[in-house]
Amino acid sequence: MADNKFLGNAGGRTLSKPPTPGDIFFDKSFRFLTRAFTWATVFLLTFIVYKIGGEALPAFSDLGIKFLFTSTWNSSQDVYGILPQIWGTLYSSFLALLLGGFFGITIAIFITQDFLPYRVEFVLKNIIELLAAIPSVVYGLWGIYVLIPLIRPVANFLHEYLGWIPFFSTRLSGLGLLPAVLVLSIMILPTVAAVSQDAFKAIPHKTKEAAFGMGTTRWEAILRVMLPTASGGIFGALVLGFGRALGETMALAMLVGSMSTLTLSFFSPADTISALLANTFPEANVGLETGALMSAACVLLLITLIVNVAGAVIVAKATPGGDKR
Amino acid sequence: MKLKSLFNVALSAAVAASFMVVGFATAGTTKITGAGASFPAPIYSEWFKDLAKQNNGEIKVDYQSIGSGSGIKNFIGHTVDFGASDAAMKQSEIDQVPEGVQLLPMTAGEIVLAYNLPGIEGLKLPRDVYPEIFLGNITKWNDAKIVAANPGVELPDTPITVVVRSDKSGTTFGFTGHLSAISSDFQSAVGQGKMVQWPAKNMVKGKKNDGVSSAVRQTPGAIGYTEYGFAKLSRLPMACLENKAGKFVCPGPEGGAAALANAVLPENMIVFINDPAGDASYPIATFTWMLFYKKNKSAELATALRKMVEYCLDEGQKIADKAGYIPLPESVVEKVRAASNNIQ
Amino acid sequence: MNRTNPQRLQLERQPMEPRALKSIVLSAITIVCAVTACIPLFSVLLMLVYRGGKRLTLELFYTLPPGAFDAPGVGGFGNAIAGTAFMVGIAGLISIPFGILAAVYLAELDPHSKISEIARFCAKTMTGLPSIIAGVFAYAIVVLTMGHYSSWAGGIALSLLMIPTVMLTAEEAIKMVPNPMREAAYGMGCTPSQSLIKVILPVGMPGIITGVVLAVARAAGETAPLLFTALFSESWLSPNDPTASLAVLIYNWSSSPYPNLIELAWAASLILVVLVFILNIVSRSIGGKTKL
Repeated sequence: MADNKFLGNAGGRTLSKPPTPGDIFFDKSFRFLTRAFTWATVFLLTFIVYKIGGEALPAFSDLGIKFLFTSTWNSSQDVYGILPQIWGTLYSSFLALLLGGFFGITIAIFITQDFLPYRVEFVLKNIIELLAAIPSVVYGLWGIYVLIPLIRPVANFLHEYLGWIPFFSTRLSGLGLLPAVLVLSIMILPTVAAVSQDAFKAIPHKTKEAAFGMGTTRWEAILRVMLPTASGGIFGALVLGFGRALGETMALAMLVGSMSTLTLSFFSPADTISALLANTFPEANVGLETGALMSAACVLLLITLIVNVAGAVIVAKATPGGDKR
Repeated sequence: MKLKSLFNVALSAAVAASFMVVGFATAGTTKITGAGASFPAPIYSEWFKDLAKQNNGEIKVDYQSIGSGSGIKNFIGHTVDFGASDAAMKQSEIDQVPEGVQLLPMTAGEIVLAYNLPGIEGLKLPRDVYPEIFLGNITKWNDAKIVAANPGVELPDTPITVVVRSDKSGTTFGFTGHLSAISSDFQSAVGQGKMVQWPAKNMVKGKKNDGVSSAVRQTPGAIGYTEYGFAKLSRLPMACLENKAGKFVCPGPEGGAAALANAVLPENMIVFINDPAGDASYPIATFTWMLFYKKNKSAELATALRKMVEYCLDEGQKIADKAGYIPLPESVVEKVRAASNNIQ
Repeated sequence: MNRTNPQRLQLERQPMEPRALKSIVLSAITIVCAVTACIPLFSVLLMLVYRGGKRLTLELFYTLPPGAFDAPGVGGFGNAIAGTAFMVGIAGLISIPFGILAAVYLAELDPHSKISEIARFCAKTMTGLPSIIAGVFAYAIVVLTMGHYSSWAGGIALSLLMIPTVMLTAEEAIKMVPNPMREAAYGMGCTPSQSLIKVILPVGMPGIITGVVLAVARAAGETAPLLFTALFSESWLSPNDPTASLAVLIYNWSSSPYPNLIELAWAASLILVVLVFILNIVSRSIGGKTKL
């Protein structure tokens, strides 16, 4: 297609003439535009951080450091603390990472380690990628009407008989940490699987051949050679998945139950920073409450920025070409 | 600071330019945007649909059911033409509106306790029981006190899941006002507010009246407070409550009207009926208000707003009953009509 | 299944030998994991077809949301479909030129300068921006400035999420253009922008479109940025007012007590997911052809 255009130009009269002043002007303005938008990218991120930080700072200095370490959110007395939300964000993302990470890595092994005929591998890969394409609000809906009724009897059975274990110490009435974590893990699984696949694929074929040549079984090769070699990339995949879980909003706002409690129980309702923002921001009082929410947004921004940047750096270092993703 | 204002200027310019391109929605119609309470949302949306039909689309009202807290916030922030709240407005909030505020009660409703116990209808809850449920002191459906009030009813040994609002809500304000009026324990432990710290342990939260009703529907053993119409339309069983006179009254138009008869509307149109007297009164009823600016952006808008109020007071009250709300008593309608002239 | 492994063919197979047994067990676990991971997708799709399919009629596309008192089976969400299309359109109009122009600079004009490094870093950081933050930002910037909720605010919030995706994929696509093409263009005496516009961008276009389509697909399903920028509306699209979108509709009606609205939420999910899947397949088929 492009070649045709090329030929068309070759027949034209503009061929091998010096650029006209018009051309030069156009060239300069086009290049100026591209530079302007490059700067705009930097400006945009700075502006987002500046704007949210600017709104947060006065409130944060009013509320003090105890904002991060207390657990009451009471707008009628202007008392704000987001410890349960910070805990909920980290805890739910961590649990989701355990689950989604395990499945994601296993699937990456399954796809890359010659278990499957090419066609099946292709289908499985696409299914996993489609999982990521489903909007989180649809997962939320599915969570409310399909997942919760499904897991409630199991959860309440566990609570009944194993209630002394802190993880099962409450009943699952409906919304709660477990449904939110399950949906979160489905959502980060594709990220983990895709980035880990890259890590496995980046291992030179000779490495595996050498392992097999030593007489290892398939799984000895995978566990002792492939996994350690790919570990940097896999770790990066986990960190990126963690970052994705931290920032996710809708699935949590719909499923986590929005309760300011510090809890270990999988079945108790909890809250996360993103869910707090989604639920409270529209009705927050002008003044300290809005400022407190902005501070919460800042905390979230900070956590996700650190995690995502760390993940990107790890992946870029560990897998040659991995930074392209 | 300079960068910020520069950006804002550039943005406003861009936005203004796009307005000129897309100026098609304005010809001949006055658009009114309102937002707030979810409590009256079903009836409001019905009213506004009918209103648009009646005057051939001259006045179009778009009402967003976002909860009373958000409604007041948007009203103070001038992002809407009118707000709606069933907790009225606090004086401190009214003071934040330089144009002056006119509150008008538009309809009234009952707050009911909807529950999810398959096969059990018309559960009776005495005055000393339901505050205890919401305090988290009564935690099982077969608690002796509930059993005693419901002879012959087979109550299951399931834990009670309390459903409350996750957002700032006028319904919560009305409900906690009532509970504080009838239980001193509740008053000291929780108190009245649009959003309170509920002490109950086994608890689920729902957003807006919709969310509470929906959570009750989906949670076996749940009980939650919601507007009568929501429970009626979603076919949830509702508890009959013991009123001040010691009679059990089930939710319904008669009980609501009897409760409303207790209300005397003061000059500022704000009155709460926390514990109405009378044998037939349903114990938890509340007015719900629309919030207007006394001085509006344009005379055209003010005229449209007054027309809208007139419709609600006249035609609107006729369908209140069937929609699960209590029509305003005639005396109240007169006062509201007079006050609506303050919308200019 | 192990027989497909060439290294194994010469050896005598002894499945009960501990090492081999371990291998078999682990393989079995892997298969179970892979199958389990596919269950949610099929469950979601099945429920969408089952619960949403019931309500899938043409009426959905041209009617307004029903009121609480309307009979079951009445109403649709034409306004939400229009709103989603309009806001994603605005977001595209902002983010596509923005992303591509910046990508041109990053990939072609000055790839290794300090500013390019920083911009690339910023774009990558923005891909991880929690979507709710985009909403908070657009609220502070657009809603408070304009004084009311509007589709513009929603579109701008969405564009914040599209810009980095468009930019980074476009950069990759432009870098993939083979060098001889560039050299030929310069050899013919093209100015840098002529070579870009007439040669490099057209050659890289399939890759760029792939990125754009993926960004559009993602934006169409985003809810959090719209929650308090576009809000929701029960009337037809009017860009200066609160605007309905499929995503916010699903969120709002998911907690509705009325079966009618819940059915419509499922139907809206079905339409949204079909739309997103189509966009994904389109982007893949375009992207598949670009392998140079």
